[in-house]
Amino acid sequence: MKPLVPAAALWLLAFAGTSQAADPNLGRNLAATCANCHGTHGRALPGSGLDDLAGMDKAKALQKLADFKSGSKPASVMHQIAKGYTDEQLELIATHFAAPSKGTAP
Amino acid sequence: MMRMKRRDFLKVGAVAGAMASLHGCAGGGKPSGHVVVVGGGYGGATMAKYLRMWSEGSVQVTLIERNPTFISCPISNLVIGGTKTMEDITVSYDGLKNKWGVRVIQDDVVAVDAVKKAISLKAGGSMSYDRLVLSPGVDFMFDQIGGLASAEAQGRILHAWKAGPQTIALRKQLESMKDGGVFAISIPRAPYRCPPGPYERACLVADYFKKAKPKSKVVILDANEDVQSKKPLFTKAWADLYRDTIEYRNNSEVKDVDVKTNTALLEFDKFRADVLNVIPPQRAGDVAAKSGLKLINKRWVDIDWLSMEVNGTAGVHVIGDAVFPAPTMPKSGHMANQQAKLAAAAILNLLSGSEPSQTPLVMNTCYSFVDARQAVHVASVHTYDRATRTMQPVKGAGGVSAARNEIEGKVALGWAKNIWADMLT
Repeated sequence: MKPLVPAAALWLLAFAGTSQAADPNLGRNLAATCANCHGTHGRALPGSGLDDLAGMDKAKALQKLADFKSGSKPASVMHQIAKGYTDEQLELIATHFAAPSKGTAP
Repeated sequence: MMRMKRRDFLKVGAVAGAMASLHGCAGGGKPSGHVVVVGGGYGGATMAKYLRMWSEGSVQVTLIERNPTFISCPISNLVIGGTKTMEDITVSYDGLKNKWGVRVIQDDVVAVDAVKKAISLKAGGSMSYDRLVLSPGVDFMFDQIGGLASAEAQGRILHAWKAGPQTIALRKQLESMKDGGVFAISIPRAPYRCPPGPYERACLVADYFKKAKPKSKVVILDANEDVQSKKPLFTKAWADLYRDTIEYRNNSEVKDVDVKTNTALLEFDKFRADVLNVIPPQRAGDVAAKSGLKLINKRWVDIDWLSMEVNGTAGVHVIGDAVFPAPTMPKSGHMANQQAKLAAAAILNLLSGSEPSQTPLVMNTCYSFVDARQAVHVASVHTYDRATRTMQPVKGAGGVSAARNEIEGKVALGWAKNIWADMLT
């Protein structure tokens, strides 16, 4: 279990508005949706030509995602994908990749 | 010796299970227990790895897969087109075994007892589980195409819709076809595995013909009213690149075949081809379809999208192509990988006594080659909708490529490398 609950998760928790509390692993789960293309834990394979997300500065990642979403940053596919996530979800993803993640086997 | 091993393993599983129920009362503890995963494709392999990775080794995972290695359906059309080899699309299960501590057993599951929480193996013996995940993909409804009933017929008129020996066999049929011959590919009514796959295959066979057998033709017999995926991009590729090679026929359902003459029988028409590639109608794979699980349209498993647990059968989860699709959600390898992560997170919550996340999200990106180097994509994002209790596409998100290009061809191959690693290493 990650001890750290990202600020955005707390925000979601506060605004969930129903009896359901947000899952503390939401950031981890959302970040895993990126792994198909960008590698497990955001570590793309060398030579795959896809961006490494692991350890990416959070503010930089959020700016990039916002630019994809608004269409100001040209892309082949990320402009279409980024629009599928809320700003809160992108915040959780960027927070997750910025923190050093455990990539080792059990 | 094997017996001892299995008994010891089951003992460990039982202890872990007891621990799970102890922890279950507390809620939010470290997950524990034994999860059996059936099927090591895009869904099952991802499930096995993510359960081990996210539980940090506290959950025991057994993966049962009938094949010795993973062979990818995505990219297999390039093998049929002749620019990639089987080796390029084959990955070992050693990473799951050695790096992630998954117990991989090469076998088939012949029965599921959801009450006793146990499965029976073809080689003999049974195995108990705390949670069972079935990721069997599709099986073919050969009964709908009478001429394909026998194994001999199935060996002559191929589907090549599961990558493996049929991929090689279809390639060989194309290689031995004379120049000036006709390759016909039939597409069943949707839903079927990989919506753009047949159109991609038509392109890649046509690309091979243009280079090696320029007088040959490709005919697409589509049971559907229209092209099922990336329509503007495929129709443009056919017009620009294969005007004299590819012919598309809609509303052309193959009802039967005459194996002796290699002829597809349509409702009012018939079509003889030199190489006839019939993709039969599909349903959930046998282990899911024949275990008494609730099916929709007698074909696909009815699941709860918050956990992918089968409605009405506690403790059994089904992921991938075998599930009844959510609106606009394709049956793709990428989607099976995403569903595996959704279900793995839910299972770990359940094994530690907490609820599955109420806000799951999955996304799909699917690349298709239109020739040996250029590709196009379709992408979508789907989130859980409480009102309809299914995943719904996020409005305004997703879309297709602006135009075919070589950059996306490179990305498609990079995608394959990364997703295979995400599943298996």
